[in-house]
Amino acid sequence: MAGFAVDVVVTLRPVVNDPQGLSVLAGLRSLGFSEVESARVGKFIELTLTADSETGARSRVTEMCERLLRNPVIEDWRIDSVRTLSDTTA
Amino acid sequence: MRFGIAVFPGTWSDHDCAHAVRLAGHEAAMLWHKDRDLRGSDCVILPGGFAYGDHLRCGAIARFAPLMEAVTDFVDEGGLVWGICNGFQILCEAHLLPGALTRNASLQFRCEPSWLRVETARSAFTASLRVGEVLQIPVSHGEGRYVADAPTLATLEREGRIALRYVAPDGSAVGESSPNGSMHDIAGVLSERRTVLGMMPHPERACERLLGSTDGLRMFTSVAQSLARHGEFAAAGGRR
Repeated sequence: MAGFAVDVVVTLRPVVNDPQGLSVLAGLRSLGFSEVESARVGKFIELTLTADSETGARSRVTEMCERLLRNPVIEDWRIDSVRTLSDTTA
Repeated sequence: MRFGIAVFPGTWSDHDCAHAVRLAGHEAAMLWHKDRDLRGSDCVILPGGFAYGDHLRCGAIARFAPLMEAVTDFVDEGGLVWGICNGFQILCEAHLLPGALTRNASLQFRCEPSWLRVETARSAFTASLRVGEVLQIPVSHGEGRYVADAPTLATLEREGRIALRYVAPDGSAVGESSPNGSMHDIAGVLSERRTVLGMMPHPERACERLLGSTDGLRMFTSVAQSLARHGEFAAAGGRR
């Protein structure tokens, strides 16, 4: 078994209106960042877990996303990165 | 009849609901989130609040509570379940109702009177009300903007499952005065079998003249009258 650090990003689906993002956009523009065209606010979740392999870790995190971490009605998710922390089988 | 009232850590409207149930002349039984026992309830209320701190998403953790297993079985048996505010959010997360409740369009937590047009009398919760009448019942939430995809909204409209819609006090379209910016101005929706109602406004806070409206109390009475009329008291007795 090995330890893994998995970063998950949960975003609102493109069709879902994001008032928080619109507010951030307005804030940035009012600070003079007039080049900003859009802003969407999502969630970033850092997980550490043990698994037999990176594939195993990805498959468990996929299950976690489907069951709890995102609401399929309004949100999409993706695994942003997977890092190996330690290998305890060595 | 007996209303069961769910109590999760962070629920805040449980005692208001119990008070409303007693005002309507019925019995209130508190249902602890760790139990799977509905204590012979004829109707289960999931009250407002911030169950499990509303962490991750409103209702996302609460839906996995042991009590919710019993509530899901109760729904399958045809039992009446009434989700109010946070309870509505929990029912959506549990997929017992379609759609989702997201951050208010204003980004503000709104605690204010709201006006609701009764859109259907075909449910225990609205059977004693008149279609088209306007109820005054307050909202109190930060995440009550109802969203669903276009096919779901079309289904809800076609099947008359939008129980309550936000309107202006005179019954005209609410427009920009919507407390949350819900799609189709939806304030409350029914399940396919019409036995589960989720609504963001708080009927339990509109049960006494002193508080400005008694329209909420009529919904509690409607549930009891419907159950009595359809003889479901006996069925509920069987479950006890």
